[in-house]
Amino acid sequence: MKTCDVAVIGAGPAGLVAATTATSLGLSATVFDESASPGGQIYRAVTTTPVRRPELLGVDYWHGANLVRPFRASGAEYLPATTVWAAARGAEAFDLGVSGGRPGTRIGGTFAARTLLVATGAIERPLPFPGWTLPGVMTAGAVQGLLKSSALVPAGRVVLAGSGPLLWQVAWQLASAGVAIDRVLETIPRGRLAEAMRHAPGFMFSTYLARGLELIRAVRRRTDVVEHVAELQARGDGRVESVRFAVDGEWTEVPADLVVISHGVVPNVHLPAALGCGLEWNPDQSAFQPVADAWGGTTEEGVYVAGDVAGIAGAQAAEARGRLAALAIANALGRIDAARRDALAAPAQRALATALRGRRFLDALYRPSPEFLRPRGAVPVCRCEEVTADAAREAVRDGAVTLHALKSATRCGMGPCQGRSCLATAAELLADELGADCAALAPPSIRFPLRPVTLAEVAAWPSRADAEACVVRGE
Amino acid sequence: MFARLPETGAEAVVVAIDGADFEARAGDSVAAALLASGRLASRATPVSGAPRGPFCLMGVCFDCLITIDGVPNQRACMVEVAPGMRIDTQQGAPPLGTGAA
Repeated sequence: MKTCDVAVIGAGPAGLVAATTATSLGLSATVFDESASPGGQIYRAVTTTPVRRPELLGVDYWHGANLVRPFRASGAEYLPATTVWAAARGAEAFDLGVSGGRPGTRIGGTFAARTLLVATGAIERPLPFPGWTLPGVMTAGAVQGLLKSSALVPAGRVVLAGSGPLLWQVAWQLASAGVAIDRVLETIPRGRLAEAMRHAPGFMFSTYLARGLELIRAVRRRTDVVEHVAELQARGDGRVESVRFAVDGEWTEVPADLVVISHGVVPNVHLPAALGCGLEWNPDQSAFQPVADAWGGTTEEGVYVAGDVAGIAGAQAAEARGRLAALAIANALGRIDAARRDALAAPAQRALATALRGRRFLDALYRPSPEFLRPRGAVPVCRCEEVTADAAREAVRDGAVTLHALKSATRCGMGPCQGRSCLATAAELLADELGADCAALAPPSIRFPLRPVTLAEVAAWPSRADAEACVVRGE
Repeated sequence: MFARLPETGAEAVVVAIDGADFEARAGDSVAAALLASGRLASRATPVSGAPRGPFCLMGVCFDCLITIDGVPNQRACMVEVAPGMRIDTQQGAPPLGTGAA
């Protein structure tokens, strides 16, 4: 089994830049990508998209090709449609359990890497509301992915709901593609803009400002935007048929064939968490993120994070963080000394500072309201095991006072998605019932395998003497 | 309820969805093909039997689980279509002994 210097998990902007940087410094890098082609979610299908009108996707999207080109030329090994579902620290290197994206069809076996660079990006913040599990309710990222990968656009009556940059970007892309959007229901609570304004000076210098305002204005010209939506329900028999929403306590119902929701994104922390990396609650972003230093070094030696998995900061920041982490790894492996690392890092550090301008304003403006973050009633919080908000709250009152106990008591987080869709909400409900701050909660315990695998995949995992010693074998 | 933009340039790939031929396009995920065919639901849940369909389309939520070429519980959003692929929506919990989880 060959051992590479760095295994990069994820091929979005952070992973691509990290791999390109690492190989340029003489390190061997292998990139594991769950997608079929490089780009991550933000630049999904940038080299393969069937969309023939480039202007539909916006100039920011095509920038992704500028990252893929040097990556392809870098000599880094690229493994598409591949999932890293386990990782364990061995004496010399990390062993990775790797499979083809389709369980059971291709056993990739194991790979070994001296360091791990986790660039698993973000997942969309799952905010439960009544009816959010109905077919026809989809995330904004999902709808955007269909456009990028398959040139598919929504047809029929389309309602967008939520808040944040992604919501507006998708609304703009769909409108540009000729989709008639019936309504945009924006969920920013009243008074929030005034609160966020104290961070506005930073935002005035944000590269996102002009572009963001342009998108919002373009959408508003073509679509009915409802502001300060405080409550949301999707309704229908077997699929979504309408949306009800409340503004200042007054309910309106509109027919809908597709409801596209977006409440921002949260770090995709399952891999670093399972590796034992410390997690901390980010109160500005209402989500767990790995504890990391300025280079992306985590609490686990040899494990680095870069891009949105390290805390939401966007694609431009992801490039800079990918480069910084690769430089730190090259230094840790003795390829460059600290002086050379620092010299090479300076431009990336400046780029990162620029990219982070205005982030606090966006975080403050688009933080979901407590009513959305902390639902009540029969709404399913855990989509897999169909655990309701009330059931989770009741379990906490009955003594399940940690995330782990809540999972044991209710199965919330125990289904096939392994808690990705409910972790943030479970933490909010737990804190709400305890009258505590989310930051005071013990982080979740995440274990391998990171996704359901077949026994054949498990069997391909190399067994170790210490693991075998744990098993009592019958005579 | 999805429509294909004109002039995509992607080749046709014929798959069978619940036994009916459907013309997907090269590069489509199974989930994209399902949605393009006018279906929003990929399965009924094993817990309550509630209908579910593609939700996140990035491999996170596991709501688009579907049977592909006889193997159940595949993430429809993470598998690309191939000519002749058999795609079958799932109904509730499968009986024991029918395949991998």
